[in-house]
Amino acid sequence: MRWPLALVPRAQPSLPLTWLSPVAAAVLTLLAGALLFFLMGKDPVQGLRVFVVEPLATQRGWSELALKATPLMLCAVGLTLCFRANVWNIGAEGQLIAGAIAGGSIALLATSRTSPAILPLILFCAALGGAGWAAITAWLRDRFNANEILVSLMLVYVAQLLLSWLVHGVLRDPQGFGFPQSKLFESTARMPVILAGTRLTIGFPVALATAALAWWVLARSLIGFQLKVAGLAPRAARYAGFSSRRVLWFVLLLSGALAGVAGALEATGPVGQLTPSISPGYGFAAIIVAFVGRLHPLGAIAASLLMALFYIGGELAQSRLGLPSALTGVYQGLLLFFLLTCDTFIAYRLQWRRNVPARA
Amino acid sequence: MDSLAALVATTMNAGTPLLLAALGIVVSERSGVVNLGIEGMMLVAAVLGFSVVHWTGSYQLGFLAGAAAGALLATLFGALTLGLLTNQFATGLALTLFGAGLSAFLGQPLQGVTLRPRGPDGIPGLADLPLVGPAFFAHHWLVYAALALAGVVAWFLFRSRGGLVLRAVGESPESAHALGYGVRRIRFAALAFGGACAGLAGAYLSTVYTPLWSEGMVAGRGWIALALVTFATWRPGRVLFGAYLFGGVTMLQFHLQGRGIEVPTQLLAMTPYLATILVLALISRNPRWIRLNMPASLGKPFNPNA
Repeated sequence: MRWPLALVPRAQPSLPLTWLSPVAAAVLTLLAGALLFFLMGKDPVQGLRVFVVEPLATQRGWSELALKATPLMLCAVGLTLCFRANVWNIGAEGQLIAGAIAGGSIALLATSRTSPAILPLILFCAALGGAGWAAITAWLRDRFNANEILVSLMLVYVAQLLLSWLVHGVLRDPQGFGFPQSKLFESTARMPVILAGTRLTIGFPVALATAALAWWVLARSLIGFQLKVAGLAPRAARYAGFSSRRVLWFVLLLSGALAGVAGALEATGPVGQLTPSISPGYGFAAIIVAFVGRLHPLGAIAASLLMALFYIGGELAQSRLGLPSALTGVYQGLLLFFLLTCDTFIAYRLQWRRNVPARA
Repeated sequence: MDSLAALVATTMNAGTPLLLAALGIVVSERSGVVNLGIEGMMLVAAVLGFSVVHWTGSYQLGFLAGAAAGALLATLFGALTLGLLTNQFATGLALTLFGAGLSAFLGQPLQGVTLRPRGPDGIPGLADLPLVGPAFFAHHWLVYAALALAGVVAWFLFRSRGGLVLRAVGESPESAHALGYGVRRIRFAALAFGGACAGLAGAYLSTVYTPLWSEGMVAGRGWIALALVTFATWRPGRVLFGAYLFGGVTMLQFHLQGRGIEVPTQLLAMTPYLATILVLALISRNPRWIRLNMPASLGKPFNPNA
């Protein structure tokens, strides 16, 4: 198997390509998407218009975009810190659900006369719930050296079953005709809408502020420096006396807390109650968002808006074109595949094999 | 005693998809490649296998379609990780997310569809024996094929020349390359075998085990199989033991329910996941022991031009 082309490492990773790669990946995904529309007997141009242009045509569309981007952004910012520190937390979905359970349980206590002070309390408890869920992964990794990928993922299934158990049991709405869902939250326990006539809540500015704060932590703080070194060169970090345990706990608790807040913002925002399917896979999509955002907190803002577009596009493709909304998942997977492919050329360049110097 | 026979039978039945997938993982990881896309490959294979059985009525064609889909996706994974040297963890996650999306997409028209019943399973004659018949001899042929495969994989890895080369590639691709072995070609083959096994496991789940298609029906079995391989320290014999153990854990919940023990179904359904976490914690406690058994180049990219 002799390929005519060989990958030769660049002396320096290419900085322009680092930021061009996600753009190229997005374009390739849309092209592949157009091909997919064509294969399903739809007009590819019209398909892309429904998927990409229509969601952005109205103010309401933009507000929905920001609404869907909120949980993605919060989860992705947390995962960005984890992945930078070489901690492979892929269980943000479970941490999001744990936060929704914790925050939602507080929200259920509210009556029509509860003071707005309950809103920060809801978010605080959600952060605790998410961080607590992530703490299981951190503890097992720290104490028993258990692989955090597998543990955090297993805990997603456990969290989903826990939520299902709760809304089938103690948290079920007694007047809900037996549907597995909690009663609707009182309006006092709902996140305030910031744009009249839309569903966009205070969660979006919270997510933006979080991304900015995470950028500060990563770029300017000691723990941010420590986690970057721990990720890039674990031995150098040890030599410098940085505690790898501290970094592990810090990134996992923080990302868990952010995912938990995302869960509560969803439950007390657009959803308005606890249901078994509180999240359409935001925690998993956030993994893709983190990579597309170049593991940079500010990049995660742009990438989460792109991913939110795919969610809305999938819904529109279902209602307008009669296609399964699961199309969103196909697009998400394709995006990450294309991104990883394009990323290769940041560190390598292609060269004709006859020009490659023989290996010593 | 009948319930004991039923427990044995259901354990073997539930353990088989785990065993098939984990044997494939053993071979690919012994060559030095971690593929976290098992769950996605199983999902795609499950939906394709199910639809082929639904449309053609042939289970054999369904298994073939599942295995082919798994091998094809594993080849895609190989093209990225071996050809383009992408990060194996990220690429595997991409494959799992892609597989989840693709299977949900393809499976939308198949929700609620039932399959034509197939002929009786089991070994003629032996299946009619009292007690041991229903426990051991009344299974689908893939259950026995998976058992045989465990033996074949063990023989191949530790008794054949090809297996020695495969393990050499996994321990030190540089040395294998210097000796003139095609590291990439061997890893591609190992990945394709692993993919075919995962595909077979997925098709078994959707056509024999359940037999129904529902979105996300693999329910983490691909991930449990990955954990199993660590637990079994990359040895086929221990994989067999672990797969049946987990099959038993999965099934215990139904037997407890059958006995009228009142535990909510959702809490019982957590047991396989909690058991996986528990076993991982116990087995990983000694990092030296894991390092001694793990293929030395596992997860590291290898560029023959570097």
